[in-house]
Amino acid sequence: MKILVAVKRVVDHAVRVRVRPDRSGVETDNVRMSMNPFDKHAVEAAVALNEAGRADEIVIVSIGPKQANDVILTALAMGAHRGILIEAEGRLETLAVAKLLKAAADEERPDLVLLGKQAVDDDSNHVGQMLAGLLDWPQATFASGIKVVGNGLEVTREVEFGRTTIAIPLPAVVTADLRLNMPRNAGLPMVMRARQKPLTVRSIAEFGVDIAPRLEIERVSPPPEREGGRIVTGVSELAAAITAELSQLETL
Amino acid sequence: MAVLVLAEHDLGTLSASTARIVAAAAELGAVDVLVAGEGVDQVTIAAAAIAGVAHVRVAQSAELNGLSAEALTPLLEHLAPDYTHVIAAAASVGRDVIPRLAAKLDLMPVTDVIAILGPNRFERPIYAGNAIETVTSNQPRHLLTIRASAFRPAAQGNAALIEPVDASGVVAVARFVAAHRTEGDLPDLSTAQIVVGGGVSLGSAEKFALVEQLAGKLGAAVGATRAAVDAGYAPNDWQVGQTGKIIAPDLYIAVGISGALQHLAGIQGAKKIIAINSDPEAPLVKLADYALVGDLFEIVPALIAELERLGVKR
Ligand SMILES: Cc1cc2nc3c(=O)[nH]c(=O)nc-3n(C[C@H](O)[C@H](O)[C@H](O)COP(=O)(O)OP(=O)(O)OC[C@H]3O[C@@H](n4cnc5c(N)ncnc54)[C@H](O)[C@@H]3O)c2cc1C
Repeated sequence: MKILVAVKRVVDHAVRVRVRPDRSGVETDNVRMSMNPFDKHAVEAAVALNEAGRADEIVIVSIGPKQANDVILTALAMGAHRGILIEAEGRLETLAVAKLLKAAADEERPDLVLLGKQAVDDDSNHVGQMLAGLLDWPQATFASGIKVVGNGLEVTREVEFGRTTIAIPLPAVVTADLRLNMPRNAGLPMVMRARQKPLTVRSIAEFGVDIAPRLEIERVSPPPEREGGRIVTGVSELAAAITAELSQLETL
Repeated sequence: MAVLVLAEHDLGTLSASTARIVAAAAELGAVDVLVAGEGVDQVTIAAAAIAGVAHVRVAQSAELNGLSAEALTPLLEHLAPDYTHVIAAAASVGRDVIPRLAAKLDLMPVTDVIAILGPNRFERPIYAGNAIETVTSNQPRHLLTIRASAFRPAAQGNAALIEPVDASGVVAVARFVAAHRTEGDLPDLSTAQIVVGGGVSLGSAEKFALVEQLAGKLGAAVGATRAAVDAGYAPNDWQVGQTGKIIAPDLYIAVGISGALQHLAGIQGAKKIIAINSDPEAPLVKLADYALVGDLFEIVPALIAELERLGVKR
C-alpha cells in the first residue's frame, strides 16, 4: 500500500500567541514554528504501517512557505520516503488546501491519505473530510487506532460518547487524533539521512486549482480577559464559596 | 431564509445540545431539523418539542445508523437547496460531515461558531481560543458548525410538523464494528451547569474516583485533562480542551489541573472557576475565581465531608 501524509507547519503548540495590535491576525514573526502535533501522529501511523510490512511507500506533502521544508524533513527523518512541497505564500483556506491535496492525490494515486484531525493554528478540522469528499473516498476521522484488515481498514474513532470502530474499504482518508500512537523523535543519523531523500518543490500554479478565498476575515480579536480571583485559606471557606454559587444557580 | 439543523443522536436519544443549536439557528431564520437513522421515533418527538422548530424532516434508513459522513452527505446535498444555512453541532457528527458536505457543494464552511453577528457574519475561535476571528461569508449558502456551549437552549413545548424525507438511495460505506460507551448517568458534559475536572495528578483510575465523588455530591458532570485520559485514568469522552469537549458551565472545579493552554481552550466559557492545586504558580490557580492551594488528597475528601455537613444535595 502507498500512503500519502499531509503535514502543516504551524506556530508551535507551546507558544501562547498574541493578537496583533491592528487586529489583522496573530503575531507570527519570530515565533517558534513546528509540525502540527496531530500531523506527527499521522506520520507515525504511516511509518508504523511501513515497519509492519503493510505499506511500501510513504510520500509526505506539505503546502506552505519555503520553510515548510523543515516539517517535511522531520517527517522524512521519522521514516517517510519522499516529500513534496507545494509552495504557497500567505494564508490558504482549508477548501483550497483540500483541492491541492486532491490534485496531489490524483498524481500520486495513494491507497491511503493520512492527515492530522486539525491544525492547532486555525483549529479548523476540515481538510481530511473535504479531501475525502472531493475524492469520493470513505473517511475515518479522529482516529485513535488503525488496523489493516483484509483489503480495508478498521479504524477506532474518538467520538462524543466514547469510541467507535468502523471498517472501511481502501482507498480512504484517515485523520489522526492524539491517542493514535506516540510519535518517535528521530535521532541525528535519521535527520542526516532525511536530507538525502527526494524532496520536490512545486508551485501552486502547476495545479490549476482555484484558491481564491471565500471568507473575509474582518478582524482577529483577543479573547475576553479573565480577572484572577482570590486564594481561599481553607476547606470551609471553599465550601462556603461553592454553596454561594449553588444558591445563585438555584435562583436562576 | 430557512435553516436546516442536523440532529445528533445516539441510542435513540436526541443530543442535549440540539436545543442550543436550534436556539442559535433561530437567529438566522425558520428552523427545520433533520433526523436521520432507523428507530428514531423518540428522537423525532424530542426534536419536534423544541421551541422554534417548524418541521422535523425524518430520513429513515438503516444505512444512516451511525450517522456516517458518506451516508449523510448525499442526503444533505439533496436537501441543501431548500436552505440558506445548514447547521450542525460542533461535535463528532457535525465535525465529520459538514466539511465533507462543504467540499461537495464547493463552499467554505464556518465551524465552531461562538457568536452569530448576522446572516453571514460569525465569530469563531482560533489558536486554542487565544484569538477570535470575525468572518464574513459572501457565499450563496452557509454551512456551519456551532458550539452548543456558547448558546442558551431553546424552550420546550412545541409540536413541530413531522414529515418524511426519501432516503432510499442512501448507502453507508463504513461498516460498524464496535462501540465503547462510557457507562453512567452523569449529566452531559458539554451542556452541564457544573463540571468537576481532574488532572493526571490524581495518579490512578481508582483515585480519579475522588473527582467523581465530588461531582456526584454536586450533581456535576466529570471532565479530565488530556494527560489524565492518556494515562488511562478517565475515558476519552471526558477530555476537556482544544481537542476534547468545550464546556461552559456556571461552575468549573479543577482538581489538580495545571491549566495548559490547550485545557484552558475548553473552559473559557465557564462563568466561575475554582482551582484546587498544590502549586500556587499554576496558571489555573492564577486565573481561578477561587483557588485553594494544597494537597488535593487532603482537600477533596474534607470538602466532600464539609458539603455533606452543610447539607448540600443536588
Ligand atoms: C496538540 C495538543 C492538544 C492538546 N489538547 C488538550 C486538551 O484538549 N485537553 C487537555 O486537558 N490537554 C490537552 N493537551 C495537553 C496539555 O498541553 C497538558 O499537557 C495537559 O492539559 C496537562 O494535564 P494536567 O493538568 O492533568 O497535568 P500537568 O500539567 O502535569 O499538571 C498537574 C497539576 O497537578 C498539580 N498537582 C500535582 N499533585 C498535586 C496534589 N497532590 N494536589 C494538588 N495538586 C497537585 C500540579 O501542581 C500541576 O499543576 C494538548 C496538548 C497538545 C500538544
